Amino acid sequence: MNMSKTITFDGKVIPFEDGQTIMDAAMAADIYIPHLCHQPEFTPHGSCKLCTVKVNGRNCSACTFPAMEGQEVLSETKELINDRRRITQMLFVEGNHLCPGCEKSGNCQLQAVGYHLNMLDSHFPHFYPDRKVDASHPDVMIDQSRCILCTLCVRASQQEDGKSVFAVSGRGINKHLIFNAQSGLLKDTDLETADRAAHICPTGAIIIKRTGYRVPIGQRVYDHKEIDQVSLETETEHLKHGEEI
Amino acid sequence: VKQFIQGIAANSRYQATHLLQILRQIQFRYHYIPQAAIEQLSTLLNIPRTQIISVAEFYSFLHLEPRGQYEFLISDSITDHMLGKKNLIGYLAKKLDVGVGEVREDGVVSLDNTSCTGMCDQGPAGLVNGYALTRLDHSAIDKIAELVNQQKPLNEWPAELFQVDDNIYKSGLLLNQQIEQGAALRSAFKRGINETLTEIDKSGLRGRGGAGFKTAMKWRFCSEEQQAEHYVVCNADEGEPGTFKDRVLLNSYADQVFEGMTVCAAIIGARQGLVYLRGEYLHLHDKLQRILEQRRQNGLLGNNILNTGLDFDIEIHLGAGAYICGEESALIESLEGKPGIPRNRPPYPVTHGYLGKPTVVNNVETFLAAAAIAVNGGDWFANIGTEKSKGTKILSISGDCARPGIYEYTFGVTVQTILDDCGAADVLGVQVGGPSGTFISNQELGRRLAFEDLATGGSIIIINSTRNILAVAQNFTHFFAHESCGFCTPCRVGTSLLKNQIDKIVEGHGASGDIVALEELCRLVKNYSHCGLGQTAANPIITTMERYLDLYEKQLKDISFEPGFDLDGALETARRLANRDDVGAHLAQTVATGSVPVATFLTSMDGGNADDCREQSWPPSQTGGE
Repeated sequence: MNMSKTITFDGKVIPFEDGQTIMDAAMAADIYIPHLCHQPEFTPHGSCKLCTVKVNGRNCSACTFPAMEGQEVLSETKELINDRRRITQMLFVEGNHLCPGCEKSGNCQLQAVGYHLNMLDSHFPHFYPDRKVDASHPDVMIDQSRCILCTLCVRASQQEDGKSVFAVSGRGINKHLIFNAQSGLLKDTDLETADRAAHICPTGAIIIKRTGYRVPIGQRVYDHKEIDQVSLETETEHLKHGEEI
Repeated sequence: VKQFIQGIAANSRYQATHLLQILRQIQFRYHYIPQAAIEQLSTLLNIPRTQIISVAEFYSFLHLEPRGQYEFLISDSITDHMLGKKNLIGYLAKKLDVGVGEVREDGVVSLDNTSCTGMCDQGPAGLVNGYALTRLDHSAIDKIAELVNQQKPLNEWPAELFQVDDNIYKSGLLLNQQIEQGAALRSAFKRGINETLTEIDKSGLRGRGGAGFKTAMKWRFCSEEQQAEHYVVCNADEGEPGTFKDRVLLNSYADQVFEGMTVCAAIIGARQGLVYLRGEYLHLHDKLQRILEQRRQNGLLGNNILNTGLDFDIEIHLGAGAYICGEESALIESLEGKPGIPRNRPPYPVTHGYLGKPTVVNNVETFLAAAAIAVNGGDWFANIGTEKSKGTKILSISGDCARPGIYEYTFGVTVQTILDDCGAADVLGVQVGGPSGTFISNQELGRRLAFEDLATGGSIIIINSTRNILAVAQNFTHFFAHESCGFCTPCRVGTSLLKNQIDKIVEGHGASGDIVALEELCRLVKNYSHCGLGQTAANPIITTMERYLDLYEKQLKDISFEPGFDLDGALETARRLANRDDVGAHLAQTVATGSVPVATFLTSMDGGNADDCREQSWPPSQTGGE
């Protein structure tokens, strides 16, 4: 392993290996950069833009931008923290996120990122979109009101489950999830409850039926830990032990 | 349906990369993409049906629900509005008895708006079943309505409805003399391929799409990639509102453009070239195919070109109504038959482009210039222009001037010179580079067109003092919200927030905090968006606000907060239910003191008389309760 190459991250020198993104290098160095569309196991997507960092003065998505020798990366600056809060607020107003009535509350990454960034209101006017619910599948329900278009379900279905149950369709503010069945209904797809795609949603858009309240509110993941800690504990396994880079 | 689809799929050799081309043909034939077609294509092309649906739902010209046998789309460019578009579409709707955004009950006609169709010098313009309609007026619409009611096929419609003029008013280095067919290739091979690249380098030619990357450097990078396949792509997806010069180049100088692509192929080692022609220029498609065929017959395309051992051919792909496909990586995605969503970069197309192979993507004008340089040498081009901007730039000029059309200028020309040449008077400002570019005020007309000062892809829209600048910024902001691909949060959500925010201000509901909110939103969309669309989407507001902040402020109410909706209008249903209309059943929005009536805006663009207009999307109709 060649660990001689380094970048400077918020003033700290951290190593990276060829092929790693800035996000990979940060995670390996136990540094959290807020993100929602990224999971290290899947091809980076770079769409939520929460992981935007300043690389040599230029804004880049940490999850897709390659680490390169000599980069000066800024992440926890006042400006970036404020703007990440604004981007999170955009995700909130775009859909219908009613945390108190959502069974994902406490296990929801969108909510947890909101807490992490000290988001106290929605700031922007709400869109209140009229979006579809698909409850046709016996075990899985999808409420598109809570979808943030991260495409993790799309990627997990393709890259881990070997299927293509999900896709994102439409354009601009009208983007939405579609399901691979002639009827367009989830029940007619080959989605199974054990599929990774059924469990990867960072919000409450894809939920497993009849399991929502097994863990009471107050005892859920983000009720006890901040998302930065959870992310570094769970998502970096793959980087540290998974592949031999 | 089955046979038809089997046929076109077979013609496309069952390649999924041709999906968009196949769907275009289905739309043209059936006026929508039937579900049966999706299922059949999924099997024939061996791709998930979701991929087909996502392509159909991405491009504005494709529909999953039936449109009329005559699909009318009317251009929503600001220049069309300046020419009275709003009244015309209202008239058209009335004559055809169909609402904007609707299909007539008998299924014969549908009508909608569309983004700029590239006919700004001969608008108001539109499309019928994809074919360009120009210079629409009441008498043309009367004629059209009659033809539709007689259900006359398009090929029996009078040609003048479809007549598209070049309108070249000023020629320079490039437009003055078209090179002879084959001359650039002969010169290039005679001089030597590497030496020709050196000449292009020496010419200082930079990409003409607007970004201005050095052409020779791009070609060299691509040629150095050790891959069996390389591709040459010509970006003819001229979607920037107010731009139409590529349409003219492809109408009258296509041979030279193809020759430029072939020279590029010789240099980078490509065997396949692709032209991505915007769907709005369907009328050019057959003509371009004929020119390609002629070049094949003359030994300038195909195998062993001019007996030099070079094998190269060019294929034309049509777009389907998506501005974002002008972004090179989105264009490549679209060429591969996918939704036009910009890729993450790096890697760049020169290393990983079409089908993941090294690819040069250049603008139509860049290939035109490269061919001329291959003939005349680098100095011929580099001798004129400015230090960082060599040669000439071909401009599309439209808006408030006597002679809208095509003008070629040596780089460094002042805006004032251009205005004098095209006959513009009483100028309030000039939109340079289209909505994504810069608005300059009449105090800045001494500025120069060059990469050092005002860089432009070629769109120049002149706005005189009878126009309302906020209405212009609003039109552009709506355009970007409509064209955002929706990939990244700041652009997907931000452009729609911008649209709602500027509407709120223009409609007279803005309060003092709303300008600050607008500025913040502009900054977020600009700084965090994934690609050039989002990064420039706030420019119309930013650049007009910098220059005419007072106009924005005049629109505000003198209070710190104003509800974003019409309070009294919201009570309308309750009033009806209660059968009341007394004073107590009404609510004042606020105690307003400083607002300007919105009617001023709505009428100033079209010269008044907005009442019979059924259009809903632009400009946003004032909410009820008046």
